[in-house]
Amino acid sequence: MDLARTEVAPPKARKGSAARLGLMALPVAFFAVFFAYPVAAIVARGLEVDGAWQLGRIGEVLAQSDIRHVLWFTTWQALVSTALTLLIALPGAYVFARFDFRGKQVLRAVVTVPFVLPTVVVGTAFLALVGRGGLLDELWGVRLDTTVWAILLAHVFFNYAVVVRTVGGLWSQLDPRQEEAARMLGASRFAAWRKVTLPALSPAVAAAALMVFLFTFTSFGVVQILGGPTFSTLEVEIYRQTSEIFDLATAAVLTMIQFVAVGAILAVHARTVRRRETALRLVAPEATARRPRGAGQWALLAGVLASIAVLLVLPLGVLVQRSFDAPDGYGFAYYKALTSADGGIFLVAPIEAIGNSLEYALAATAIAVLIGGLAAAALTRRNTGRLVRGFDALLMLPLGVSAVTVGFGFLIALDKPPLDLRASWILVPLAQALVGVPFVVRTMLPVLRAVDGRLREAAAVLGASPWRVWREIDLPMVRRALLIAAGFAFAVSLGEFGATVFIARPDNPTLPVAVARLLGRAGDLNYGQAMALSTILMVVCAVALLVLERVRSDRTGEF
Amino acid sequence: MSTTKKFASVAVGLGLVTLPVLTACGSTDSGGSADSKTVTLVSHDSWAVSKSVLKDFEKQSGYTVKVLKDGDAGQAVNKAILTKDNPQGDVFFGVDNTLLSRALDNGLFQSYEARGADQILPEYRVDQDKHRVTPIDSGDICVNYDKAYFSEHKLTPPQSFDDLIKPEYKNLLVTENASTSSPGLGFLLGTAAKYGDGGWQDYWKKLKANGVKVVDGWEQAYNDEFSGSAGGKKAKADRPLVVSYASSPPAEVIYADPKPTTAPTGVVNGTCFRQVEYAGLLSNAKNTKGGKALLDFLVTKEFQQDMPLNMFVYPVVKGAVVPAEFTKFGPQAKDPETMAPAKIADNRDQWVKSWTSLVLK
Repeated sequence: MDLARTEVAPPKARKGSAARLGLMALPVAFFAVFFAYPVAAIVARGLEVDGAWQLGRIGEVLAQSDIRHVLWFTTWQALVSTALTLLIALPGAYVFARFDFRGKQVLRAVVTVPFVLPTVVVGTAFLALVGRGGLLDELWGVRLDTTVWAILLAHVFFNYAVVVRTVGGLWSQLDPRQEEAARMLGASRFAAWRKVTLPALSPAVAAAALMVFLFTFTSFGVVQILGGPTFSTLEVEIYRQTSEIFDLATAAVLTMIQFVAVGAILAVHARTVRRRETALRLVAPEATARRPRGAGQWALLAGVLASIAVLLVLPLGVLVQRSFDAPDGYGFAYYKALTSADGGIFLVAPIEAIGNSLEYALAATAIAVLIGGLAAAALTRRNTGRLVRGFDALLMLPLGVSAVTVGFGFLIALDKPPLDLRASWILVPLAQALVGVPFVVRTMLPVLRAVDGRLREAAAVLGASPWRVWREIDLPMVRRALLIAAGFAFAVSLGEFGATVFIARPDNPTLPVAVARLLGRAGDLNYGQAMALSTILMVVCAVALLVLERVRSDRTGEF
Repeated sequence: MSTTKKFASVAVGLGLVTLPVLTACGSTDSGGSADSKTVTLVSHDSWAVSKSVLKDFEKQSGYTVKVLKDGDAGQAVNKAILTKDNPQGDVFFGVDNTLLSRALDNGLFQSYEARGADQILPEYRVDQDKHRVTPIDSGDICVNYDKAYFSEHKLTPPQSFDDLIKPEYKNLLVTENASTSSPGLGFLLGTAAKYGDGGWQDYWKKLKANGVKVVDGWEQAYNDEFSGSAGGKKAKADRPLVVSYASSPPAEVIYADPKPTTAPTGVVNGTCFRQVEYAGLLSNAKNTKGGKALLDFLVTKEFQQDMPLNMFVYPVVKGAVVPAEFTKFGPQAKDPETMAPAKIADNRDQWVKSWTSLVLK
């Protein structure tokens, strides 16, 4: 038996890795053509003069005190934002994981809405919470607009869902009986939690923290809208240098700095994720959640619900309220105005942005699921080579690279046949898919890896081809994860603004682009329509996420 | 068939499914104006025209117009410069006097004197020897005021730059970041034109001492901070003075339902800086003939008279009639500050830098 094994194994392994490379061909090509090449092109445009690389510029840029200040601010605000998000969202993760209460599914969808909404939409609403005349102002006379607090709180608002979904998802599947057993053996409640639950949970907490750090490190809209002009992150500075000052050399240096930083974050993230995927005894979430018992647990639930209401629901509610607050009383006046094309800013009625957004998002989802699905399938085996593992982190890079860099890169890189796509509609879904792929991979990968390898081996021994093994074993088990991945990619595409705004065409703006254009004009009707469109976008995202809640399976990866 | 081959064929198959989709979309809609029947206009997000007016041009000239809006004004100009060897279109519209030198120095445009250019008012003409750009419209960046606030507080609205630093207007003004916002930059240039190279910094010190608030962009200043705008009212904004456009008051009337009889906001006349927007034939335009026809069209009376209610700007040709509702609520500033594009080009970066360290730090 052993002899036979050694004889068969090596060629089989080689075949397996060849197959994996085959699966990776398309994701690699996609990533190279639509991400690496455009970004490299715009960086080269900034740093290459007459064929010679101006690497001296790196030192020059870093020597500027302004730039060093930006780097410092970018880092510390991300650290503080991450800490604050964990502080506020971890109790939420616990409550969602362990407690059963009415409206839990709806609420889990609602807290995810901010994450997929563009900042251009909610920045304004968030001001209503922390700005003048906002809730804090009315209660205590506290105004936080153009302070760093507004930025930090808004980061909690946007990233709450990352913690609840990443940590809460795992927490709900940890067997509570293990902790109970430890207590039975005499451990105190805290000691039991520290020795049993915390170690199991910490990789998930670390992964969530790193994702939040990544999103806040590259924060753009929040810092611009809420922080005022005195605060600038690396991402804002890249935008300013590229788009306003047109100093492409400085922008290129900053892009490279951000690239290195994001690469480092992702490398650490990839490591923690792998640690998390080590075998844990997981149980169905339904079995671990129960109704809260005792005053303490009810108080915790109430506290979490209150923080969600104030931090997350209230800003969203303000959007809805303003969308109905027409000059002649509450009503649908702004929504009706959306159907008229007389506004001037658009060649079509603003309402058509909904159709555009849905079409773009569907196309983006199809691309993201195809590319991300193939990549996840290729990455399934845990003991793969370093090259393949690095690819896992590489696919997440678009999340951390400035949209203006990608947008300008598209413009100068994809301008020649056969890839003259600059004026093509497919550019928008392609850009959106870049952001969607990481979510597909992160959702699919843990599920695929959780499929018992022995099932595959058994099928193979019985003579099934790899394709058949995948179809008969993997597909049925990952169908739900696939749906969830698609749903998330869809919601993220709907809200994508940064890259879309660069390439969306005037006759078919997406919802976020239309909102931004309406906000860019004076007049009550423009403002009201912007609020109405934002509300519609919010509802569409919420519905998509609610559908996801319905199909959530026992083990659904990170989201 | 070996398993490897099968996998490879699956991957290739999937590739084949997607590629035709990409190329199909690419070829039907590729950039530029390869066919001579289409002329492509590249502009910024504020471009707007009445459908009927554009149809008229298409009917008379036989060209179909394709429009590409490329972000805000600065972004659009930068993108046009980046792509000038293989431009996205034939004509670029929307480079203003604050960015004109950047466009000209980078060789964005080729010479063409539009038919009808002799009808353009002399004060707007630039680049007369080479005719690389044609002035299309003008607009004024001015401080706007909230009429209700000033009548409630029985306070006379300010009249000039000088007034803004008076104690009675303390903490009332909100403006935009001069390095990221074009009205913010316009306001800075207005003060530089008014007080000179030496005096504007002193003026801004006083403005800062008088509590001017700076936010990043026009949207935040106007919709969130300015008490006179529709958004500001809902946001309980508390700044009754904002740096915006002379055309914002008519917009407040025109984009209101029901329409008020007077504008809720007014313009502080002595604080205006004139912006002029130009269009030009792109250097490597594929359809130069169509581009020239389009430029000719942009200075016709038909188009010029259509602009005010679409883009909220003033025409620049002799005898163009501006709609009454536009002039009534937003008369053109009488004596705006101006500055030669060359002077702006020489000083802009340095001024913005000094302004940033003076006002934001």
